[in-house]
Amino acid sequence: MNPMPMPTETRRIATGAAGRDVALVAPRPHLGMPFQRDEDSPTAPDKEPRGIKMVIDSLTAGYGSHAVLRNVSLPVIERTVTAVIGPSGCGKSTLVRCLNRMHEIIPNACVSGRVLLDGRDIYGGHLDPIELRRRVGMVFQKPNPFPTMTVRDNVLAGWRLTGTRPPNADGVVEDALRRAALWDEVKDRLKAPGASLSGGQAQRLCIARALAVRPDVLLMDEPCSALDPIATARIEELIHELASSVTIVIVTHNMQQAARVSENTAFLYMGELIEFGATAGLFTRPSDPRTEDYITGRFG
Amino acid sequence: MIVNNVGLLPPISPRLRSRRIADRVFRWAVMASVLLVLLPLVAIMGTVIVRGAPALDWNFLTSLPKPVGETGGGVGHAILGTLFLALGGLLIAVPVGVPAGVFLASDRMPRLGGTVRLCADVLSGVPSIVVGMFAYTLLVLPFKQFSAMAGAFALAVIMLPTIARTTEEVVRLVPSTMTEAALALGAPRWRVMMQVVLPSAGKGVAAGVIAAFSRGAGETAPLMFTAFGSQFLTTSPMQPIAALPLVLFNYAVSPYDDWHAQAWAAALVLATLVLAGNVIAKVATTRRSR
Ligand SMILES: Nc1ncnc2c1ncn2[C@@H]1O[C@H](COP(=O)(O)OP(=O)(O)OP(=O)(O)O)[C@@H](O)[C@H]1O
Ligand SMILES: [Mg+2]
Repeated sequence: MNPMPMPTETRRIATGAAGRDVALVAPRPHLGMPFQRDEDSPTAPDKEPRGIKMVIDSLTAGYGSHAVLRNVSLPVIERTVTAVIGPSGCGKSTLVRCLNRMHEIIPNACVSGRVLLDGRDIYGGHLDPIELRRRVGMVFQKPNPFPTMTVRDNVLAGWRLTGTRPPNADGVVEDALRRAALWDEVKDRLKAPGASLSGGQAQRLCIARALAVRPDVLLMDEPCSALDPIATARIEELIHELASSVTIVIVTHNMQQAARVSENTAFLYMGELIEFGATAGLFTRPSDPRTEDYITGRFG
Repeated sequence: MIVNNVGLLPPISPRLRSRRIADRVFRWAVMASVLLVLLPLVAIMGTVIVRGAPALDWNFLTSLPKPVGETGGGVGHAILGTLFLALGGLLIAVPVGVPAGVFLASDRMPRLGGTVRLCADVLSGVPSIVVGMFAYTLLVLPFKQFSAMAGAFALAVIMLPTIARTTEEVVRLVPSTMTEAALALGAPRWRVMMQVVLPSAGKGVAAGVIAAFSRGAGETAPLMFTAFGSQFLTTSPMQPIAALPLVLFNYAVSPYDDWHAQAWAAALVLATLVLAGNVIAKVATTRRSR
């Protein structure tokens, strides 16, 4: 890891290379298109052409003067699963945390470049981080339900904590828990404390909590790393189902998992994006030797 | 087992022996100092119980003092007065101290936080009679009137550092993953505090408040020229008010045997109140941080 001084001007830098990686997958004109929210188009999501939900454009981010991510650019396709892989410490968590501006809650974190959500820069100043985080939900590596709240209140936390009320709370709770494949297990103990669930259940509760506010995008940072194989399988199944309505970005250390759940994969190495493309292609015919070394287990 | 190394081992070198002796001496010294630490508390509580219990009955706890010369009477007014003053102090100190503690724990502004923390620590070291003087100049002189309000204010100043620092401590114990989870749901910082952090630190904050309460309830000096004391049952914030420590002091220095007995009983009540508060606070905080 060679530390590189951060550019002093924040936000937008190095526009030159911006379009290159993006063009790998989809033509640039898509960027300006108005995107439909999934509530508006419940029919046959697989048939319609998918736009680009998010664009990461020359993103450089780090802590203090230490640049962890350098000039990363890639698109996130609407209603697909994008996997982010790479050796430990390469900046995967930093990358996903930049997508909902959770990176900046760390003191002396810095970020420059652009991240577009539906064509608009989330660092552009017009979008409040609070509004952004409702649209871009997050599931953490370690299940973190609120221990002082009941299961039900945990699901509703995204509403309550933003001072809003869901139109039909019971409906929201049931719907979110069903989408997180947890309803049957907890429907009789919605009043139990959030801390009383097993690890796998707790993680699904966290997924339900994130889904309850109907986000467009769900960021998952190694969501299965604290879980056993059965709970992991359930969550993977769940990711599959969710992908028809939500755009998912998932960080994983598990190559098989990336191959199983994702359509596109980004390989990060020492803060740089080495390769991005369709998962099948990246795993069978990696174009960069470093990618090949990583996926064949030669390092990382 | 009793036949230990002395008899069974080969002869011990002089150096080893002197080391053994040093070890034994040291052990006894530690034991002795532990006992010396426990002794005052045990002695005080013992004396207070032995001498206070005879005068302590229901009547003593509930009735008002009798005029000099008449026997009987009690300290009901002072018990209520102490509760009134200490609760009044909390009423001022909690709304200031809890947010201050939350601020200190957040590390948002390290420089300002460091200054506030230093001030709190210094304030908790300021002699309580000086705090009383301060309240006297601020709230007694301008109104030309001793008052419960001035007493409560003085107690609030004394309670403030305890509340702020314990709140800081227990808020720090709330895992940052909770804060992150809430922020990632789009919660603004103040809601994270009110709806996530404080509820899970609630027990600890309460313990701090109870500790501050019992600290305030036991103070005498800051009340001497603020709340001043009273022979009657008063509840007006603008009137002088009785307090247990003041009654204790006045009765103890009086020439009457009857009052001496009552002073011991008042001491027993006060010590029990303060001790109970401390024990509750200790138990609650150790449960938390376990
Ligand atoms: N709060 C922080 N302050 C300073 N440096 C940090 C901080 N968090 C992470 N880093 C550094 O940033 C780099 C990338 O961290 P990041 O968490 O993004 O890696 P990662 O790819 O998610 O690793 P892992 O797979 O182990 O989770 C690491 O070198 C790490 O030391
Ligand atoms: Mg990580």
